[in-house]
Amino acid sequence: MNKLLELKNISYGYDQQPVVEGVNLTIHDQDFIGMIGPNGGGKSTIIKVILGLLEPWNGSVVKKENLNIGYLPQYHKFDSKFPITVEEVLVSGLMKTRGSAIRITRKEKEIAREVLKQVGLPGYIHRAIGELSGGQMQRVFIGRAIISQPRLLILDEPDTYVDNRFEHELYELLDEINRSTAVLLVSHDVGQIISAVKTIACVNRHLHYHPSNKISNEILASYNCPIELISHGHVPHRVLKTHDD
Amino acid sequence: MTDFLSYQFIVNALLASLFGAVTAGIMGTYVVTRRMVFITGGVTHASFGGLGLGYFLGINPIVGAAGIAVIAGLSVEYFNQKRKIREDSLIAMAWSLGMALGIIFIFITPGYAPNLMSYLFGSILTVSTGDLIAMSMLMITVSLFFILFFRAIQYITFDEEFARTAGIPVNFFKYLLMVLVALTAVIYIRVAGIILVLSMLTIPQNTAMLLAKKLKNIIFWSVFFSFAGSIAGLLLSYYRDIPSGASIIFSLMVIYFLIAVFKPILRKRIKS
Repeated sequence: MNKLLELKNISYGYDQQPVVEGVNLTIHDQDFIGMIGPNGGGKSTIIKVILGLLEPWNGSVVKKENLNIGYLPQYHKFDSKFPITVEEVLVSGLMKTRGSAIRITRKEKEIAREVLKQVGLPGYIHRAIGELSGGQMQRVFIGRAIISQPRLLILDEPDTYVDNRFEHELYELLDEINRSTAVLLVSHDVGQIISAVKTIACVNRHLHYHPSNKISNEILASYNCPIELISHGHVPHRVLKTHDD
Repeated sequence: MTDFLSYQFIVNALLASLFGAVTAGIMGTYVVTRRMVFITGGVTHASFGGLGLGYFLGINPIVGAAGIAVIAGLSVEYFNQKRKIREDSLIAMAWSLGMALGIIFIFITPGYAPNLMSYLFGSILTVSTGDLIAMSMLMITVSLFFILFFRAIQYITFDEEFARTAGIPVNFFKYLLMVLVALTAVIYIRVAGIILVLSMLTIPQNTAMLLAKKLKNIIFWSVFFSFAGSIAGLLLSYYRDIPSGASIIFSLMVIYFLIAVFKPILRKRIKS
């Protein structure tokens, strides 16, 4: 399989406190990796290192040349009053690949409309972002992440603020996208992602890679276990294979 | 009216209103949408220190003010990025230190103390040809910058992290925009005065946002309201003999209230 990206022995932290240590991860074409782990365990940090937003203390990030990465940030406190339309948000995702004409081109508008259909919001193109509900905004941001047809798509907690119906559609959409794009999906809600992903990366300071989702799938279903209880330490029930540490 | 226009200082004031409206309309929209009104207030007041320093050194006070404003703006942006210091406290310190230094420099400068009132409250009727040249140059720079990089500026202001992942040189833009904000504030000191500059960068924008929701339209309306308010204020100042800075701010607020009251009617007619 074609290797897209490799993290080698990555460490990073804040104020001298390490958040992640010795992280290794390789992402190939067609991968669908679910990244799970407790809050504060370092999931978002690893993603920011991959995206080049953080410079790791140690280790290296080897990327395939010109690797186009689509990114859905964690639902964050951006200013919802900011004057920007759905169309403008969507085409900002094209900045990297199509350069940026001074004005939005006809082609960009066309692509934006296509993507908006894909995320189930046709007809919202001229709305201001602040007029949308939380779930609708999240759809727009997913659209922004996929609009440039990236080779690797990284989603940080995409199910936040998304209603049940769209959550189902979201996983169908990701399944479809995964035919041509590697996906790295971060979630705290392990029950939701487990059936969608092909492999699992557990992150709690260290990263443990499980090259399958099979075993855990059934067990998780029977345990109906929230992610906070899945740990690599001493807990009443271990749902994934025990690790050395 | 022809009598009004026959004075060179009135023509200068009108030109200053126009150049200022374009510059402040654009930069004020950036200031308001990025919620950096307080930073801008701090930078403007800090520049008073530079003004005093200019007097002390015998150079053009506005050049001194511009230098200090740019340094203050870049420092705030830098420390804000590092997140080591509380931003609002830092601004307040720069704000008051600048004012204090300004007073100190002016009082230790031998000779007559300059007319402080005109710097604190502005005097659009005494704008010189040199001021006009500086204002027009800044207007052209700001306009070109926003025309060429409108999208990048919008993306950065809306979602900085995503802009970084899209390969936009975010820091470069942020620092450059900070410099432009500082220069806009300083150049407006001649028109509105240190104490009133902030209103030129916020009132027209908030009036515009009553009618428009697209960033581009907010900028256009801000320029329009800024110019309209300046002209109205100028007339009020001329015919009622009121200091122009105050009459312009007052006019801008009157326009704001009128638009707010008649918004339901206007909104239907204007494409937002």
